[in-house]
Amino acid sequence: MADEPKEPKPPQGPTGEKPASSTLPVSTPSGKPADASAPAAPPKPAAPAPPKPPVVLQTPLDNEFVTRFRTKFGAALLEAMEDRKQAILTVDRARLAEIALHLRDEEKFDMLSDLTAVDWPKREKRFDVVLNLYSFAKNERLRLKVHAADAEQVPSVVGVWPTANWQEREVFDMFGITFSGHPDLKRILLPDEWQGYPLRKDYDILQQDTAWVRENLGIESGQ
Amino acid sequence: MGADELVINMGPQHPSTHGVLRVKLKLDGERVIGSECIIGYLHRGVEKIAENRTYQQFAPYVDRMDYVAAVSSGLGYCEAVEKLLVVEAPPRARVIRTILTELQRIASHLLWLGTHALDIGALTPLFYCFREREEILKIFEKYCGARLTTHAFRIGGLQYEAYDTFEKDVERFCKDFESRIAEYEALLTENRIWVGRTKGVGILTAPDAIAFGVTGPVLRASGVKWDIRKAAPYAAYDQYKFEIPVGTTGDTYDRYLVRMEEMRQSRLICLQAIENIPGGPIMGKVGKVLKPPPGEVYHAIEAPKGEIGYYIVSDGTVMPYRVHIRPPSFINLQAFDRMVRGHLVADVVAIIGTIDIVLGEVDR
Repeated sequence: MADEPKEPKPPQGPTGEKPASSTLPVSTPSGKPADASAPAAPPKPAAPAPPKPPVVLQTPLDNEFVTRFRTKFGAALLEAMEDRKQAILTVDRARLAEIALHLRDEEKFDMLSDLTAVDWPKREKRFDVVLNLYSFAKNERLRLKVHAADAEQVPSVVGVWPTANWQEREVFDMFGITFSGHPDLKRILLPDEWQGYPLRKDYDILQQDTAWVRENLGIESGQ
Repeated sequence: MGADELVINMGPQHPSTHGVLRVKLKLDGERVIGSECIIGYLHRGVEKIAENRTYQQFAPYVDRMDYVAAVSSGLGYCEAVEKLLVVEAPPRARVIRTILTELQRIASHLLWLGTHALDIGALTPLFYCFREREEILKIFEKYCGARLTTHAFRIGGLQYEAYDTFEKDVERFCKDFESRIAEYEALLTENRIWVGRTKGVGILTAPDAIAFGVTGPVLRASGVKWDIRKAAPYAAYDQYKFEIPVGTTGDTYDRYLVRMEEMRQSRLICLQAIENIPGGPIMGKVGKVLKPPPGEVYHAIEAPKGEIGYYIVSDGTVMPYRVHIRPPSFINLQAFDRMVRGHLVADVVAIIGTIDIVLGEVDR
């Protein structure tokens, strides 16, 4: 991937700045001149001929594992891709629990490192629930994603990886996504009576549950 | 609830919960038959703050999660953003990062050892541990001006060159430290009270540890030989020789032994690293305005307490679209219930201590 950006670059040659900065690494040991040219430079101010045409960081993923997965689950695999060489599978929400069990037992992804969510309010299904898996046997990571609309439930994976318990509670706490089959789904970091889900994009950074703050902390302004 | 059962509340203000952790214990006499951790007292909405700061502005915030191992949290964040930007820190920066991070591991383990021993009733190790920790904090202070929330690294490399006597200071510390570990061990390893209070207490089997996502010394003490420094080397770890200590039974005593050995290994890494710090620039080719190309990355490093992971989503602007932090303390604490069942109330403090949590990181 490292070579890729370089080839398309020279013809592009946007401003006088690029050639100047590309000579820099040779001439000076200090990082200062490179920095000085940076603010004026476009998005990615990496000095040696930075990629103006979009670098291809996301590529479709198609290896033996994906083929195996596709034969087993067919249409439940919505997308298989790589981003910065990290494998990502987007799968059908309804079959998440079954897929999780398969990945743990057949593909040896025995540890769930991390479970979280991302809010994309403009999308039809606004939430991504993201699971980062790790396999001790293969020393590999895999990211599993499902899409969920506002009121849609996501199957819980607590039965597959008990560590998901608190992590799903945290996602529920911060995004209001509910997990079906979770043994004890309640808020974990915020107070139980708190209204609103802070990590949703429509929840402003200064927003608070003012009623709760007034009532429990005795702060009149609620902030 | 049966007539013999009693529910008591421990914390959130309690000297041996290491912060504002509240534990509801269900007891049958002196024996714990169930527990529930209630957390969130220190929740500051770090992940929300991240979405409203630029990539560089957010870097100091990660120091305030695990505030006794700020250098490690900072390294994880900087490397994650570097991955997102598809840049690399220059070799000199990577080696200095490695040295500081290993010193931080020793400092974090020393704080753990001192407080853990204090919880169980051994007062002396605390003073010894703080004496050595002070030396490390002095190195940090000389390097970047701060002792705890250091913000030692920058995205793309380092802001500060190593000061003139940096190698000498690190070397002197490492040389002295060998005999200091022997002092701690003389106080504890064969101490009958220490052994009695830790052996067979809070056993976590390897399959349980993996199921609960436990990482770091707690996982290794259960017999799983897994360390991200070896499994997916970052910074300059691929250049150094070191061992990964593992335990056999996964009890509190094993976790103690594993962390003691880890300090020795960290010392060895530091000694190898100062021998040959490469020259050259300390800052990679990153600009002042960071706009990572759209996409996402998950990057994890081996912090003193376990795997600290950063999941960062970029939408191509100067501010991250989403930052999620996988804090080792939070995940490891979840195994507490499994470890504490069947033990006495007095063992609860031993088990809280042995997991090595920092509530700033649990609650974020």
